[in-house]
Amino acid sequence: MADLTTNFLGIKSPNPFWLASAPPTDKEYNVRRAFEAGWGGVVWKTLGSEGPPVVNVNGPRYGAIYGADRRLLGLNNIELITDRPLEVNLEEISRVKADYPDRAMIVSIMVPCEEQAWKDILPRVAATGADGIELNFGCPHGMSERGMGAAVGQVPEYIEMVTRWCKQYYDKPVIVKLTPNITDVRKPAAAAMRGGADAVSLINTINSITSVNLDTMSPEPSIDGKGSHGGYCGPAVKPIAMSMVSEIARNPETHGLPISGIGGVTTWRDAAEFISLGCGNVQVCTAAMTYGFKIVQEMISGLSQWMDEKGYTSVEEVVGRAVPNVTDWQYLNLNYVAKAKINQDDCIKCGRCYAACEDTSHQAIAMSEDRTFTVIDEECVACNLCVDVCPVENCITMEAMQPGQVDPRTGKVVEKEYANWTTHPNNPGAVAAE
Amino acid sequence: MSSPMTPGITAARLPAAELAKNFGDLHAPFAPHEAAVAADRCYFCHDAPCITACPTDIDIPLFIRQISTGTPEAAAKTIFDQNILGGMCARVCPTEDLCEQACVRELAEGKPVEIGRLQRHATDILMAKQRHPYDRAPETGKKVAVVGAGPAGLACAHRLAMHGHDVTIYDAAAKAGGLNEFGIAAYKSTDDFAAREVDWLLGIGGITVQTGVRLGEGISLGGLSESYDAVFLGVGLGGVNALGSEGEDKDGVRDAVDFIKELRQASDLAALPVGRDVVVIGGGMTAVDAAVQSKLLGAQNVTIAYRRGREAMSASTYEQDLAASKGVRLMFNAQPVAIHGNGAVREIELEYTADDGSGLKGTGETVRLRADQVFKAIGQTLTTDGGLSLAGRKIAVTGAGRTSHSGVWAGGDCASGGDDLTVTAVAEGRDAAMDIHATLMGSN
Repeated sequence: MADLTTNFLGIKSPNPFWLASAPPTDKEYNVRRAFEAGWGGVVWKTLGSEGPPVVNVNGPRYGAIYGADRRLLGLNNIELITDRPLEVNLEEISRVKADYPDRAMIVSIMVPCEEQAWKDILPRVAATGADGIELNFGCPHGMSERGMGAAVGQVPEYIEMVTRWCKQYYDKPVIVKLTPNITDVRKPAAAAMRGGADAVSLINTINSITSVNLDTMSPEPSIDGKGSHGGYCGPAVKPIAMSMVSEIARNPETHGLPISGIGGVTTWRDAAEFISLGCGNVQVCTAAMTYGFKIVQEMISGLSQWMDEKGYTSVEEVVGRAVPNVTDWQYLNLNYVAKAKINQDDCIKCGRCYAACEDTSHQAIAMSEDRTFTVIDEECVACNLCVDVCPVENCITMEAMQPGQVDPRTGKVVEKEYANWTTHPNNPGAVAAE
Repeated sequence: MSSPMTPGITAARLPAAELAKNFGDLHAPFAPHEAAVAADRCYFCHDAPCITACPTDIDIPLFIRQISTGTPEAAAKTIFDQNILGGMCARVCPTEDLCEQACVRELAEGKPVEIGRLQRHATDILMAKQRHPYDRAPETGKKVAVVGAGPAGLACAHRLAMHGHDVTIYDAAAKAGGLNEFGIAAYKSTDDFAAREVDWLLGIGGITVQTGVRLGEGISLGGLSESYDAVFLGVGLGGVNALGSEGEDKDGVRDAVDFIKELRQASDLAALPVGRDVVVIGGGMTAVDAAVQSKLLGAQNVTIAYRRGREAMSASTYEQDLAASKGVRLMFNAQPVAIHGNGAVREIELEYTADDGSGLKGTGETVRLRADQVFKAIGQTLTTDGGLSLAGRKIAVTGAGRTSHSGVWAGGDCASGGDDLTVTAVAEGRDAAMDIHATLMGSN
């Protein structure tokens, strides 16, 4: 079984699965249960400044999006940072860390954008013995209206400034958690790096309304007939999170900056994908909130099995393996030609590929009287829609054409050489190949 | 109180509670969550095979999608648009041979989408609403006589009434419903569903039902043709084939359809007598219905004896398995040769059969089964042809149920073509109605 021990910023944990700062990590009781279940680390739910505790709504905090059989695909929330007294949280953090020295304990913090506020809280967090801090610059609801959370994360200058204060007044690793509610995630990441951040973590939740109650005309979750946008997370946000992670990983300015990946990690496979895109570990929330802490067992066994099968001996070996293959569209090989192929033995004759192709794509699938579906190579542009809508995995595959073969659609010979848009004759800005 | 072991034909073999349980819904209705889960399994196939397999062409993927999006009432409309008896068909259709057999998930994993139960879910919900969901077109002034208030006649009448025609249904029985009311196993139509469905269907208006009137007794085809602008015959098959075996007239030997009818109309199942050793002769749905219900009433031993092999049995594999699961013994390649007993049946003598390719023949070897009750279920016959041309032993029809007489249509079991299924009868009644409508309105 592969060794999953992870060293992230010098913080060791028995596996790369941390619980993200969120309701599951709001108190000692939960965190102890998480560690007993096998989680490698936790990011304690965000602490605020000393003073009257934060208040939450007293109605629904969560809204959901479902797939078949009410499988939860997306969750949003309007919960704020911890609503428990600062001192209580700090005491609990100290106790739990002392009892679980081998687990990562990170404390999430969100205080006003004033140097004194950070100067006040950082020594108290340091005194808990926690392994590091995470700056919550991402929370998109409630706190952002008060100039914190995403309101900071959307202004690179603030990120840099606050990060610098933290590095000044705290001597352990500082992770900056980024909001996805921006246009270009590379900017806040670079700002965090300039401020001295040891790592970034992303994504925080996405502004969202999960549904509207059509009887009351109130967005959900509804509080007395009104709703506010919440933060969206869960499996549905994974593609967005992975794209943002990859942008930071391959941006020359931030390349090499450690990343803690967050956003819809539900299975070991999701985790492996985030890690391959440059994450040193992953943080999980929705999956735990949906299924309980036990899911980490599957994540551990799955990642180990896959690493064994691939011959990887440490998580570190996997980190960033896919990053070199993330590129811009203009560098994709336009000489690569594929065709869809339907395996007739696996086909169950539902005809969804036909409907999708005939109605919405390229009319490249033929349907016979006896419901045999075949690809018309002369029309197929290999768009992959048939593969995506087919209910049977691997029934339809994309088969690459070999150099020298003639593409029946274009009548052109498939070239062996790589050629992209930058040199394409149709590109007015093409640069002649040398 | 008797027990399954009590000799002879006797009532109350089982306690009332057990009888109630035995004759409860064969398939319980879906709870809303179950319906949602079942509906989620539908792939919404293109040009779906299930639609093709449905004799009434219900747009099944559409109605299932309507269920899954929280509009079972719209789903029910999709069903009723094609099949006004969609509620009964959801209960009695051999879906395992029709839509569910064609379901791509049957091919993929041997577990089709549960179309029948989903159809019941949707239709139950809409039928529970107060108002009949269809409105009549303005009255056309045309009058149509429908003979037979079974599935074919009811479907025909509803469609005609919807198009504004004035319909009178005649039926020989005391109640409308035909085989839905008298000829289907009780556990497939619980809580008086058949009668409730007829009442609901008549909610369209414009339909008068006259029961206790038999064609040839009081009304004649000629008379109806004179009094009405069109006539539809959906008279079913009123006669029962005889065994032709020695001793067939002994006490305890009767037609399975009569037993089923009696059971369906019984107000107290505990008062219904059944034998200790029951033998049912036949291989169709009627045989299975009679055998299973005998068992459920408390008969100790129930055997279906069928003269051909299992593969030739017209009852579906599902029905065979249902019978077996209730403890009915299925005996193949055995035909009755004699019924023994002094006045009442005591034993039935069966001869084994074989088919060497030159037709089914007795082997000469016989076996005797104890029997105090024998049900005959070897097919039904047309009793009234009204002078129309026949095709085989049924009324010959072409196109949408047109008979040899102009102005007379026929459909359901009495007409040639199609399987003798409720759903087929509905399709034939509906299509004949559309043809009658087109003819009467001069667009044909």
